[in-house]
This record gives sequence, C-alpha cells and structure tokens, in this order.
Amino acid sequence: MAAVQFASRQFADVVVASPTGRIDHGAAQSLEQSLMPLLDAAVPGQGGVLLDFSGVEYISSVGLRVLMIAGKRMHARGAALAIATLQPVVAEIFAISRFNGLFRVYPDVREALAAMSPAALAAFDRG
Amino acid sequence: MRRIRFWGTRGSLPVALDAAALRRKMAVLLRAASGRTFASDDDIARFLDEAGFDTAGTFGGNSSCVEIETGGPGHVLCDLGSGLRPFGQAMLARHGPASPQTYHVFVSHVHWDHIMGLPFFTPAYLPGNRLFVYGCHAELEEALRRQMDPPSFPVRFDHLRADIRFVTLSPGVPREVAGMTVTAKLQRHSGDSYGYRFEAGGRTIVYSTDSEHALADPAETQAVADFFRDADVVIFDAMYSLADAISVKADWGHSSNVVGVELCQMAGVRHLCLYHHEPAFDDAAIARVLAEARRLEEITRAGAPLRVSSAYDGMVIDL
Repeated sequence: MAAVQFASRQFADVVVASPTGRIDHGAAQSLEQSLMPLLDAAVPGQGGVLLDFSGVEYISSVGLRVLMIAGKRMHARGAALAIATLQPVVAEIFAISRFNGLFRVYPDVREALAAMSPAALAAFDRG
Repeated sequence: MRRIRFWGTRGSLPVALDAAALRRKMAVLLRAASGRTFASDDDIARFLDEAGFDTAGTFGGNSSCVEIETGGPGHVLCDLGSGLRPFGQAMLARHGPASPQTYHVFVSHVHWDHIMGLPFFTPAYLPGNRLFVYGCHAELEEALRRQMDPPSFPVRFDHLRADIRFVTLSPGVPREVAGMTVTAKLQRHSGDSYGYRFEAGGRTIVYSTDSEHALADPAETQAVADFFRDADVVIFDAMYSLADAISVKADWGHSSNVVGVELCQMAGVRHLCLYHHEPAFDDAAIARVLAEARRLEEITRAGAPLRVSSAYDGMVIDL
C-alpha cells in the first residue's frame, strides 16, 4: 500500500490535517487510516477538522471517496469538516467531479480557520 | 471489425428534443450568423461545425443500441433499446424485405431501456431473417416475451416470424461469433449486467454499460482494467457525476466520466466513448461532461493520450 505523508497541527479546537503527495488508488487507504482517528476525536459543535491540501498534487476517485466518507462521518457527528488550499489541478478535479459543491473549500488555511473558529484563528495568528 | 455505429445512446428511457429546445438552438445559431453570408452549402457546413455539436446538432434520445460492423456477413449489435427501430429501418432500406439477414445481438441486461426496441424491429417479423440473442441472464428470453404480452403490447412475441435463437453465455468464457471472439464480464447493476469484449483482426471493442464500480475494491478495479486492457474503444456508462455516483445515486448501477477516464488510463485504452447519457441532461450538459472528461484526461495524462468522445445517435467510429 502506497503511503501518503500526513501531518497534523492543533489550533485551539481545530485540527489541521495536512496530507502530502498524490492521493491515487494506492494511497487512498493510507489517507483514510490517518484521517479517521482525527475525525473521531472531533468534538461535535466545536471547531472541527480542516484538511490543508496545499501539499496534495493529485487526487483520484478513490481519494475523493475517502473525503466523501469523512464528510458523511463528520456530518453525522455534528462536527465540521472543511478543505483549504487546493492546488490548481486538484481544484479542477474537484470541479469536474462535482465535489466542489459538497465541501466548504477555502483559498487558504487562515481564511478557513477564520470561518471555523475564532479561537483557532487566534491560535494560528499567534504562531 | 471496421466501425461502430451508435443507434441509441441514452440511458433509462428515450427522450426527444422538444420545440422549445430546438428554438433555443436556432436562436443561438441565428445570432452567430448575424451579418454573415453563405456562398455555398460548404460554407453553411463549416459554420455549423464551428457552432459546436451541442448547438448545431444533438446527442439524440434513443435508448441503448450499438452496431459493430464486422465487415463480414451478419450484423452485430449490443442491446435492443429503442435505437433498434431506426437500425431495423436502415437494414430494410439497404437490403430490402426479401433479402434474408442474420443478426447477432449481445444483451447487457433486461432492464426495459435495453430491450424495448425489439417489438419495433421490423426485420424480426420477416421470415427468412435469423436473430441470435446472446446473454448471460437465464431470464433473457422470458423478459423479451413478457414485454410483448398483453396488456403491455398488442403483438405477441410468437408473431415474430424470424428464426430467433437464444444463446446463453458464461462470463469469462470466450465465444466465437461472426468472426469475433466475444467474452462477457459480470458488472455491478441491479439484477446484474454484463459487459462484452469483442476481439477480431487485432482490434478490440469493449461495451460496458450499466456498470457501477466499487472504488474501494482494488481487486475489482484491476479486474475491470484487465477487461478493458489495450482496447481500441471502450463504450462506457458515464451517466452521473462522480459525486452523485458515490453518494445520492450510489447503488444505482451507473458510473461517471471521472471513473471512465481513470479506468481507461489504467488499462491502456486508446479511445473512451462516454455513453448511456442521463435522460435529464440536455445537449449542453452532455457536452459539458465530455469537455470535463477531456480536461481530466489532459491534466492526469501520464503516458499516451486517451481520446475521449461522447456517443450520439448516428455517430460512427471508424477503427
């Protein structure tokens, strides 16, 4: 199984998850395994999870399916999931797949945090 | 195999361009033609080509029916949708009622949009013609007979005077038919559907409609890629967006342009032909799906380019 590089940072009540690389058919399972524990730890009604896609070069249909599952799981739990900083190719894939209408997508992490949580934004700005 | 000719490309049920839609197309064309003069029919043809197929043409509305011209005797078809009617009319015009013909039809499944053309297939009523119906469903003959039973239709199946034979195929077992090697594959669809791989003379065509793909199963993905392997043309059900196909329309048994491009790239296919169009889509929507598929192919291309087209009633692909 190909692995996606994955890092996460906490800003107050928002976890910013940063996968890196190509989320192709082989790497999608790795993404799912890294992401789901973060989703399960999210507190309903507070902050949430932000996916920072600045390091993602490509995403396949299988990778998009992982996002679909993640979105449904968070929605069922009453927790927020958003995506930020799509690279141009990934943004096109989102549009072609009609995924751009399924998630809140922000141009950058700061703008996403501003929308998700004042406390998270303050933590981000403090560095 | 020489060419593929599409007689019906719509999914679920036939549709028709209505007066309002035709009027809108004409208005667009007239605006574009404003101030221009046309010295010849060629000038007009060039103008219409420039206007775009979704404006100057139409993808059509007959349900699934695709002809494979083998170059040999006999006629090969995939599915018996409403497109079978104009195919039959063309056969009568070409051969006349007194020249017996043999037809080989491979049926993907027995949902009504894939069998509804048979009662309107005039050659089936003519003695001397032979019709071989191939499929993997045990209930294939029953389904075709039942749709012509009262009160559904005024003419019973037994009134078809052609010599009609049903041939049961087994998935994965190649069969020689009309000079081709034909192999069926089980696909995910309610009541099952079957794709067909046609091989002859170094050419390969795959007909894969009404098939949903289990994205989470690498083994199944590989099996589909192997079925498509190195095909010259894959005719592929791209009825829904990817988002719809894996959410609100999951388990509806169809696929998307995104998955079509991915599978064909994986399999080294030369030409992906999007098919089984959503009946709610107008020509502009189908054209948009095609443009996006081409763009996806372009931005994800790793090797040889994959040609992408969208089937329309009357389309011909020369091999």
